[in-house]
Amino acid sequence: MPDKNKTIIAVNNLRKEFSGVAAVDGVSFNVYEGEICGLLGPNGAGKTTTIQMILDLITPTSGEIQVFGLPMKRHREEILGKMNFSSPYVSLPGNLKVSENLKTFARLYGVKDVNGKIAELVDFFEIRELLPKMTSSLSTGQLTRLNLTKALLNDPKLLLLDEPTSSLDPDIADRTRKMLLKIRAERGVTMLYTSHNMAEVEEICDRVIFINHGEVKDEGTAEALIKKYGKEDLNDVFLHIARQNN
Amino acid sequence: MKFQRINALLIRHLYLMKRSFPRIMDIFFWPVMELLLWGFLSVYIQKLKIANLNIVTVLLGAIILWSLLQSAQQSISVAFLEEVWEKNLLNIFVTPLRIIEFLFSTLFLGIIKIVLVSAVLGILAALFYAFNIFQFGFSLIPFIIVLLIFGWAIGLFTMAVILRFGTSAQVLAFGFIFLIQPFSAVFYPVSALPAGVRHVSYLLPSTYVFEGMRAVMAGGLFPYHELVLASAVAGVYLVLVLFFFYKMFGWVKQRGLLMKLD
Ligand SMILES: Nc1ncnc2c1ncn2[C@@H]1O[C@H](COP(=O)(O)OP(=O)(O)OP(=O)(O)O)[C@@H](O)[C@H]1O
Ligand SMILES: [Mg+2]
Repeated sequence: MPDKNKTIIAVNNLRKEFSGVAAVDGVSFNVYEGEICGLLGPNGAGKTTTIQMILDLITPTSGEIQVFGLPMKRHREEILGKMNFSSPYVSLPGNLKVSENLKTFARLYGVKDVNGKIAELVDFFEIRELLPKMTSSLSTGQLTRLNLTKALLNDPKLLLLDEPTSSLDPDIADRTRKMLLKIRAERGVTMLYTSHNMAEVEEICDRVIFINHGEVKDEGTAEALIKKYGKEDLNDVFLHIARQNN
Repeated sequence: MKFQRINALLIRHLYLMKRSFPRIMDIFFWPVMELLLWGFLSVYIQKLKIANLNIVTVLLGAIILWSLLQSAQQSISVAFLEEVWEKNLLNIFVTPLRIIEFLFSTLFLGIIKIVLVSAVLGILAALFYAFNIFQFGFSLIPFIIVLLIFGWAIGLFTMAVILRFGTSAQVLAFGFIFLIQPFSAVFYPVSALPAGVRHVSYLLPSTYVFEGMRAVMAGGLFPYHELVLASAVAGVYLVLVLFFFYKMFGWVKQRGLLMKLD
């Protein structure tokens, strides 16, 4: 369960401008060890940009990011070795077999026992039979599980998940959520999670951060926010916050 | 720098090569075609007895060395394009992989291509033209290493341009090398070029390589002068191009385009 004493991600006054227009406009938040933290907000709010800055894929205009208590700028290799990323919008090369993709990334992460690790994870995600298949031949649900398998290869302490359940049918989406909860329970992995499905967020996130127009609008547990805004559920809270200054 | 990570990318490309017949054909097809076309032509010219020098030797050497440069450069560029086509750059760069490791993995891929192509061309040249590339001992090897470095520099240059302009610039990965071929004095000495054009030639390390190759084939002293110039010029280009690549990579990260490159 979340431990508020251990900060895994500390984002401080983070800003990103694209050609003079702010996509992320002075965002600050923390993510604590063992929690599943939802990063919520309407389309274009700045969620993906924030996540990619935490991954050092986008250079911030200003502000600081610390992961595991270390500044990304000087500790990139160490930090990236202990975290991972998954999103259905970023797929693995389709012209490699599933097994080849997994081996490649296991090696890139410096996994000691490549075959052992892959065997363990394909059993966990029940995709052993996919190993000899071409990655391009997989269905969306299978690809999601493959992406998550890749994301656990290095036994990450932190997972960044950008809309991991989008475009999944309700059954597979539900199973994916159960898997994420199981990963957290068994491995104590901290997760920063974006999703547009508020029911899902209520189900699996310990805490949520709302951003809109590149700014943090509110944060707290789903329960507390529902109470604070006097709404029925998180979906209504979302609508309220999203429509505040439009 | 971690060799394991470089190796990971290397094997990733060998997976593709192992499985895809067209890809293997692609490595050998053009070099073999050129060898046949130019080889037989030079045998014919030789028979005309226009010149005393051994045209077959000089032209075959030129074809083989040029093919090495070309296939090394293209495989280096394509290794990068492969990641762009498959939208894999993001996956790769959220691992601890460093840019320089990525670049070295492309260099090693270039070395593998050079070894494969020289083996095949060497055998064919021996079969068809009784041409033994090893008759020059190890004298040609330093020049081949310079070609590899130059091919790497051109490959890095095309990668940097693709980072900046996207895959609409990918034609450079295949075409850029032909832009420098006429000026590199591959099949003829620099002295055959018009005086003005020679200035361009002397800016290219490949020029010194092919001049050096002809000197080696003519026998006599080892052309140290050409080797030093070739290495120096190639080294300068490599440094400039590395700088350019890092700049463009930084530019892409500024613009948030690493995931959107196409
Ligand atoms: N590379 C880029 N160049 C220019 N503008 C960008 C770039 N990436 C994102 N933006 C802009 O920044 C803003 C935030 O985009 P971002 O992708 O972070 O939103 P998001 O919260 O992830 O939205 P969604 O829910 O639709 O995924 C948007 O206005 C978007 O158009
Ligand atoms: Mg997004």
